[in-house]
Amino acid sequence: MRAFIPNYQLTTPSSLADALALLNREPGVWKPFAGGTDLMVLLEAGKLPHRNYVNIWGLKELRGIEVTDSHITLGALTTYTDVQSHPVLQNEFPMLCQAASETGGLAIQNRGTIGGNIVNASPAADSPPALLAYDAEIELISTDGSRWLPYRSFHTGYKQMLIGPNELLARIRMPRNTRGATHYYRKVGTRKAQAISKVCLAALAKLDDDQISDCRIALGSVAPIVVRCVQTEDALQGQKHGAGTIKTACAALSQEISPIDDIRSTADYRLQVAKNLLTDFLLTLRA
Amino acid sequence: MLITFNINNESRTLDLFPMARLLDVLREQLHLTGTKEGCGEGECGACTVVLDGQIVNSCLVPVAQVNGSEIKTIEGVAHQDQLHAVQQAFIDHGGAQCGICTPGMVLAAVDLLNRNPQPSETDIRNGLAGNLCRCTGYMKIFESVVRAYQK
Repeated sequence: MRAFIPNYQLTTPSSLADALALLNREPGVWKPFAGGTDLMVLLEAGKLPHRNYVNIWGLKELRGIEVTDSHITLGALTTYTDVQSHPVLQNEFPMLCQAASETGGLAIQNRGTIGGNIVNASPAADSPPALLAYDAEIELISTDGSRWLPYRSFHTGYKQMLIGPNELLARIRMPRNTRGATHYYRKVGTRKAQAISKVCLAALAKLDDDQISDCRIALGSVAPIVVRCVQTEDALQGQKHGAGTIKTACAALSQEISPIDDIRSTADYRLQVAKNLLTDFLLTLRA
Repeated sequence: MLITFNINNESRTLDLFPMARLLDVLREQLHLTGTKEGCGEGECGACTVVLDGQIVNSCLVPVAQVNGSEIKTIEGVAHQDQLHAVQQAFIDHGGAQCGICTPGMVLAAVDLLNRNPQPSETDIRNGLAGNLCRCTGYMKIFESVVRAYQK
């Protein structure tokens, strides 16, 4: 059943400081509302239990992309459209651009934000595998100040994350250390456009003299959270590229992920496709 | 709350619930029924409008977020009696059948040609990827877009 709209509050603060003050004054009462591409779907379906939201969409402090010699830093309200048009992201973080281009259609990409994709905490989200593989860090802010943490430690269980009721995700930064790597991002869904993934792999690595290094692998839709596959990386790091190494890596991957049957796919299919994608990535590495 | 926005070059101020969907405000308060509701969850593109120069799904935009904005709907695409080249091409080349997806398709195509006046076939597919059609089939729609920019 549709939601009863008068029951919902969406208050627009005049500044970031105002928004943080509200979140701090009544912790848990107010939740942030950005581009609305996830929350409005729940609203229309009558499945949005929380009633009171702070409209952060207009907060300029949470927009913009900054580049330094060592890092690129994205405001949490950076949209998928913003991501795709940024030259440094295109050149050094192509998997994030590809994830952005495969998230919904253009109308969604104009409204959906990277910060929203993170805190919505769907294990099937498209940008988190790329962010995990790129060793992203995230900044949480509140009236108490700011703290940075590695993105890989943020999600603790299905829709669970290390964020306080008075905190806002403000920025996401990634180290600019991807030069010379092969980047591989592939989302498998029911159709090419407008699909939610069945399996999504984001991986990068370098190959010197047939030896694999700086290997980073992340997968979506195969566990309660988007996962960085550390054991699979360990099975590949420093190894000689070859059939045996690929087989060992696929075995490690099977132990590391826990796909399930759901409306979009089955556990068996997801496990097989995850191994296929890992194999394809490793073959691409030498191609 | 009072919300002011510019719609098809006309300024309007309405008293609205902040979480009301832009789609419902357009259709029910402003009687701009050219904007259609298909899925109501951001998948089909039937409710596409142009918000501050970018296409959006109006079913996913709460009106509190359009305060001070400029909105263009399908009713604002033609210049008086002169159809936009995209609209004329959809008529001439059979780009519309039942018509539910058409306003969204036209707005997505107009937006694409504004950003990219000479799109490749891939550009057209990407530009219209968020708009679903269940009857015409996409080939006549793609052809209409190609004919529109060739004019």
